[in-house]
Amino acid sequence: MEKIIDVKHLSKSFGENVVLRDINFSVHKGEVVCIIGSSGSGKSTLLRCVNLLETPSGGEIIYKGENILDDKHNVYKYRQKLGMVFQQFNLFNNFNVLKNCTIGPMKLLKRSKEEAEAIAMKYLKLVGMEQFINAKPRQLSGGQKQRVAIARALSMEPDVMLFDEPTSALDPEMVGEVLKVMKELANSGLTMLVVTHEMDFAKEVSDRVVFMDQGVIAEEGPPEQIFNNPHQERTKEFLKRILRR
Amino acid sequence: MSFEWIIRIATENWPLFLRGAGITLLIAIIGTIIGAFIGLVIGVIRTIPEPERGLKKILLKVTNFILACYIEFFRGTPMMVQAMVIYYGSALAFGVDIDKLWAAIIIVSINTGAYMAEIVRGGIISIDKGQFEAAHAIGMNHFQTMTTIVLPQAIRNILPATGNEFIINIKDTSVLNVIAVSELFFTTNSIAGSNFRYFEAFSIACLLYLVMTFTVTRILRYMERKLDGPETYTMNQMQV
Ligand SMILES: Nc1ncnc2c1ncn2[C@@H]1O[C@H](COP(=O)(O)OP(=O)(O)O)[C@@H](O)[C@H]1O
Ligand SMILES: [Mg+2]
Repeated sequence: MEKIIDVKHLSKSFGENVVLRDINFSVHKGEVVCIIGSSGSGKSTLLRCVNLLETPSGGEIIYKGENILDDKHNVYKYRQKLGMVFQQFNLFNNFNVLKNCTIGPMKLLKRSKEEAEAIAMKYLKLVGMEQFINAKPRQLSGGQKQRVAIARALSMEPDVMLFDEPTSALDPEMVGEVLKVMKELANSGLTMLVVTHEMDFAKEVSDRVVFMDQGVIAEEGPPEQIFNNPHQERTKEFLKRILRR
Repeated sequence: MSFEWIIRIATENWPLFLRGAGITLLIAIIGTIIGAFIGLVIGVIRTIPEPERGLKKILLKVTNFILACYIEFFRGTPMMVQAMVIYYGSALAFGVDIDKLWAAIIIVSINTGAYMAEIVRGGIISIDKGQFEAAHAIGMNHFQTMTTIVLPQAIRNILPATGNEFIINIKDTSVLNVIAVSELFFTTNSIAGSNFRYFEAFSIACLLYLVMTFTVTRILRYMERKLDGPETYTMNQMQV
């Protein structure tokens, strides 16, 4: 199957602090890849390197056959192809729900207002937020904000969706509504790269699981392998720790 | 009797008082608007993320240094002294008397600009980093991020401080009497000088200043509330 993102020998340091080392992995079209690992292992940094919110210190990121770290490559055009969902939602506070979803398509993809609104409504319905189009972010609950954030990213009709612990900032009773939406997306064939602490979710929807430890990929494989028969000692320890909770 | 004198001075000189108040308001309004604009531009430039290397980095550093000098100079010296330096300095340099009203407007503008630059910069850096990141993540460049996401929020947040600058300007134009602009203080002073009723004349001026600042405060509050929009939202029942 077609490789959409291919990360090769990626490294990232913040000053002296080496956060990622020789990271190699790829995401194929239609695939759902979950990244797990303890806090501070570099998961967010990896995701942020993939859409260049952080500039990698070394290595290559091949997107549909092109190295996007080449100087000539247009960063902004590339980012339009990747949807990003943040732990802290980061909805645009100056816009209502609908405008949050239409601003990107109108301003960046030059869609007409009608077109953009039709697309936005389609995704807002998908996440069950179509009734709230007039609400400002501050008037929504965490779960509602995150569902709007997902709709905002989808409204750009990206090739890949990146999720950085989308449920970690939510009250427990709101985690379910967001995971439900994400499961639907996964089943619809969307390509997704998800950093998560929700092991049940990872087990159920991912095609592949990447386990990160101290800035490297310690183990990678299908969910059956990672969760039922991990090959690495580090993976076993991590799962023991997290599943005991 | 003082009170009778107040009435008498007011009835005899009201066109002069109103004219003085009008000029004060004119200088304050135009000065605040131009100053806010200067502050906006400088605040935006001073928050441009530093490029990693190259000519752009040097250029930005030099620009930021010059802007910092401007801010330090105008915040660190009294407007009254600036007025003297600029007014008489320009006469020396170009051998022409610039129109006093224009001189006054220019002085208030660049003075306000120095304060507003810091207010705007503070407004921009107080916006959550997540707003920048979300805008970058959907593919906006720095300029688009600033104009569509960050500045609208920053400007809303600094509106009270800007209103404050406006109020200060209404009061501080009084120091411009040193270059003989016929604003309210200067006008009052000449009215008082003609009959030596200083207390009475300045009581009237006092009242006029208070009316102006109070009115402006109310208008700004109203504008803030308008900008914030309704506290509630309506559910969308329509099936699109
Ligand atoms: N902007 C930054 N500057 C310096 N260090 C950072 C920065 N971002 C992350 N780090 C460091 O990188 C390491 C990995 O962080 P992160 O990618 O957020 O981990 P995770 O998402 O797996 O919890 C941590 O030690 C963190 O302190
Ligand atoms: Mg993280």
